[in-house]
Amino acid sequence: MGYQFDWSLVLTGEYRDWLLDGFVLTLKISAVAGVCAMALGTLVAVMRLSRVKPLEWSSLAFTEFFRNTPLLVQIFFWYFGSEAFLPQSVNEWLYEQDFEFAAGTIALTVYSSAFIAEELRSGVFSIPKNQLEASRATGLSFLQSYRFVILPQAFRIVIPPLISQLLNLLKNSSLVMTIGVMELTYQARQVESFTFHGFEAFTVATLLYLAVSLTVSFAITMYNKHFLRQLRY
Amino acid sequence: MRWDIVYNNLDYLLWGSYPDGPLGGIAASIMLAVLGIFGAFWLGLGFGLMRLSRSRILRGLAMVYVEVIRGTPLLMVIFWFYFLGPVVFDYNLPEFHSALMAFVVFTGAYVAEIVRAGVIALPGGQMEAARGAGLTRFQAMRFVILPQALRNMIPSFVNQFVSLTKDTSLAYIIGVNELTKAATQINNREVVAPAEIFLAIAVLYFLICWVLTAFSRRMERHLARYQARGR
Repeated sequence: MGYQFDWSLVLTGEYRDWLLDGFVLTLKISAVAGVCAMALGTLVAVMRLSRVKPLEWSSLAFTEFFRNTPLLVQIFFWYFGSEAFLPQSVNEWLYEQDFEFAAGTIALTVYSSAFIAEELRSGVFSIPKNQLEASRATGLSFLQSYRFVILPQAFRIVIPPLISQLLNLLKNSSLVMTIGVMELTYQARQVESFTFHGFEAFTVATLLYLAVSLTVSFAITMYNKHFLRQLRY
Repeated sequence: MRWDIVYNNLDYLLWGSYPDGPLGGIAASIMLAVLGIFGAFWLGLGFGLMRLSRSRILRGLAMVYVEVIRGTPLLMVIFWFYFLGPVVFDYNLPEFHSALMAFVVFTGAYVAEIVRAGVIALPGGQMEAARGAGLTRFQAMRFVILPQALRNMIPSFVNQFVSLTKDTSLAYIIGVNELTKAATQINNREVVAPAEIFLAIAVLYFLICWVLTAFSRRMERHLARYQARGR
């Protein structure tokens, strides 16, 4: 097949550092976007459960729109298009910062928050209605029944799907390479084009992604086994 | 706002330069998604059944395939097929085919999980009764389990098709002529209206995905009425 493997190329020296830098940036953008997406997703889910019609509708529109459009298009939209509707001063400030990173983070945050909001909402909905009725009947207020009865149960149910959403976020973060954020996939691509040893570079990158994904999904399986068994209705 | 730019290029966004040139735009995206889900269905069915088989080797193989693919970003898989296929296996395929193969292999892993979950969700009595009636394991699968399980899986397949439709946008990265590429081409040519152009194609993707999602939700409610239940 005429292809010489050279693993030392990507396991030592400069190219290894590129890949490691990329991996660190992947973890960083995923962490930042993950925290922001949790906050935004919670807000959107609360709006959906608020029983105030305008809030419910706007929350629905938000989740439906952002879940049903490709992340790549959203990334391009924020990266190329945000200039048009942001005020001039904000634009100037953004260009002085790391604009690629900011646009990538915003896109990942908004996209993931729509999925997180749906997970949170369905977690709350999966608690049978008579739990709410019973707690209301014992004299708790609406907020109190959520605070002390519904949410503590929903929280335990919702943790595994939330974590797999965060894993999706980590995998999706590979797309920000298209706007020039130098994360893992970008660096693997760089090594490929500098050395023509794509096989080694892509293998290392794939293994790094896999290491994180498999560790976390193993943890979720363990969690499901040990904690979710008590929650059967 | 310069919506006239979107309007003037609408035909390019919808079917590329089709009668005079290659098919592109959203027509190509849909084609990628449809061919992709078709391939992924058969691949996923095979691996899903392997995952349920009694042979440890087959189970192990299927598990490795599913776990590795599901732990890897789609973009990585696309790069594997695009950059490494030619080097390692000495073939040379157009971008469209590389992308299509990546989509089939990637989506196949998710379909395998759907198939496995769908078969497991059927009450165990179905298999026992079919075996008791004298069918072999294969026959029971073929004539009793799968017809029921596959029908229950339709909503999940539709959801997977929706994800795949969104994922076809990644084919742009290796240069396949599809909707996202058409949009970036127009954007590079016109420069002044990026927000309008990307919003417009977002709406195009949205229409397809949202209609299908709504359809799968209705289907789910409908199918829930006719399921075989365990006791």
